[in-house]
Amino acid sequence: MSDVLAITEHRRGELRDVSYELITAGRQLADELGGDLHLAVISGDVSGFADKLNREGVDTIHTVDEGEEFNHDVYTQVITQLYDELQPGALLMPNSVNGLDYAPAVANHLDLPLVTDAIDFSYNGTLEATREQYGSKVETTVEVDADHVALTIRPGEWPGAEETGDADVVSFEASIDESAVKSTVTGFEEVGGGDVDITDADILVSVGRGIKEEENIELVQELADALGATLSSSRPIVDNGWLPKNRQVGQSGKVVTPDVYIAIGISGAVQHVAGMKGSDTIIAINTDPNAPIFDIADYGIVDDLFDVVPALTEQFK
Amino acid sequence: MKVLVTVKEVAEVEDEFEIDGLKIDERYLEYDLNEWDDYAVEEGVQIAEANDDVEVVTVTIGPERSEETIRMALAKGADRAIRVWDDALDGADFVDVATKTDILAAVVEDEQPDLVLTGVQAGDDAFGATGVSLADAIGFEWAAVVNALDLDVDGGVAHLRRELEGGVEELTDVDLPAVLTIQTGINEPRYASLRGIRQAQSKEIAPKSFEDLGLDASVTESEITLTSMYEPESESDATIWEGSADETAGKLAEFLRDKGVGQA
Ligand SMILES: Cc1cc2nc3c(=O)[nH]c(=O)nc-3n(C[C@H](O)[C@H](O)[C@H](O)COP(=O)(O)OP(=O)(O)OC[C@H]3O[C@@H](n4cnc5c(N)ncnc54)[C@H](O)[C@@H]3O)c2cc1C
Repeated sequence: MSDVLAITEHRRGELRDVSYELITAGRQLADELGGDLHLAVISGDVSGFADKLNREGVDTIHTVDEGEEFNHDVYTQVITQLYDELQPGALLMPNSVNGLDYAPAVANHLDLPLVTDAIDFSYNGTLEATREQYGSKVETTVEVDADHVALTIRPGEWPGAEETGDADVVSFEASIDESAVKSTVTGFEEVGGGDVDITDADILVSVGRGIKEEENIELVQELADALGATLSSSRPIVDNGWLPKNRQVGQSGKVVTPDVYIAIGISGAVQHVAGMKGSDTIIAINTDPNAPIFDIADYGIVDDLFDVVPALTEQFK
Repeated sequence: MKVLVTVKEVAEVEDEFEIDGLKIDERYLEYDLNEWDDYAVEEGVQIAEANDDVEVVTVTIGPERSEETIRMALAKGADRAIRVWDDALDGADFVDVATKTDILAAVVEDEQPDLVLTGVQAGDDAFGATGVSLADAIGFEWAAVVNALDLDVDGGVAHLRRELEGGVEELTDVDLPAVLTIQTGINEPRYASLRGIRQAQSKEIAPKSFEDLGLDASVTESEITLTSMYEPESESDATIWEGSADETAGKLAEFLRDKGVGQA
């Protein structure tokens, strides 16, 4: 019997989208393995969450009423205990920041081979997972030659399950060794307020590491001014202290959906794309014709930004 | 106190490249210190500067070639370096998380650090898992994706922030000893000074084989094998404007004007 156990995710009272995506991915894998799909929801309003997670394809939802918020020591203990009871063929977790804060510990603890950030998988006697390497420049497949495996899936790759289901909801009593809980979450803070809200902008001119030096940002600012647009950026620009955190687009920055997003010298790393793929029209300016940003761009210019940007600004003066 | 920082030399791929079997052809690769590890080294060095009697030791799993990269960490202020390599790793297409965990756990056993810093992920294989897996193996506490750290050495606690998605940060206290995976932006990595580069020449890079660490080739046995590598089929249906910079800028300007941009 090869069941799948998927660990759902929530934060500050809300289930995160990846929880519904885990249902779709989990159902796919359970069908291929010929087993049931079990979900676990740990901490918080577990019965409220279980109601929402009760979607088509789920066989059993295990609610674990332990604490309010995510704590990796608690999660690690609960998941290993639930795993021992269910002995699933595959343990599915989100490749989220919190997923990466417990999945490797759980896999090591249970001696399971671990594949992170899967964007696809299939089972044909052995499990094959697809991943990306070198900043999405290449795709690779890895084969897992084992009866049990731990996998984390990239958020946004599977559609979220929508139809209501009729899963059994059962409560799981974990026995938590409090002396092994050595971390305490003391609060949350929103970052990146400040002068502008890039999520309000209709047109974003976004600058990335291709700009090379802090002084050169001025070039892109001039373009933004000429277009009546707002300036945003990829992460390295903010890491370097060249722009404030409230300008960062991406997974750990802001999710933006402007009418026009102009990505200048931005490669299109997955964590950046997560924040701007919902833009209406995406335009990329990049010297590298193979940069992943062109996969999601509607229009592009393969050229040096130091030639194109001033020429473009000139057009609007 | 001893801080162990894991550093990796990663390959960066040129714009145009070719794949040869399960690898990118060497001709198209350039090697550099993993971006996230650069921040981890800086954090280690800053801890040493802020506290008395702190030794910062780096550890790398890598062939002899990687010593060039490791020297960068020494030039930035790490005290000494360990480089683990073994014939058993030669020609490996890829080293999985479990193998890295076993090797690094053996180094921890030898070195007995109080704190281990790793990068959040390596820019090449992007598994993002080694630090937290290692923590479990060595019985340390941990935190992943740390973007602010305030170490209370006497109290045995690290007050830190974890950077979650969507501009939300989690404030967490973790007991020491711990493994922390360091996110970019936590500090400003320094450039190696000329003096630092000169000093690094005389710092120790200790090569270690599996035998030195009490390991044997079986640690490289893995249930995970790389079976293919390919350039993803371009999903791009982007219209690419061609021509000189003036011409392409002209086409983009026209497009934007049609959209009503810049007509305020
Ligand atoms: C947990 C986590 C969270 C993250 N969150 C975010 C996030 O919220 N937002 C984010 O952006 N990143 C985030 N990242 C980082 C992300 O992985 C990438 O490192 C980052 O997006 C790369 O930024 P970039 O595209 O500007 O730089 P690079 O990847 O270095 O790309 C620079 C691009 O510029 C091009 N270029 C160079 N010179 C020129 C020129 N003269 N003219 C034109 N083009 C040129 C190059 O071809 C290249 O494509 C996160 C990473 C992690 C691990």
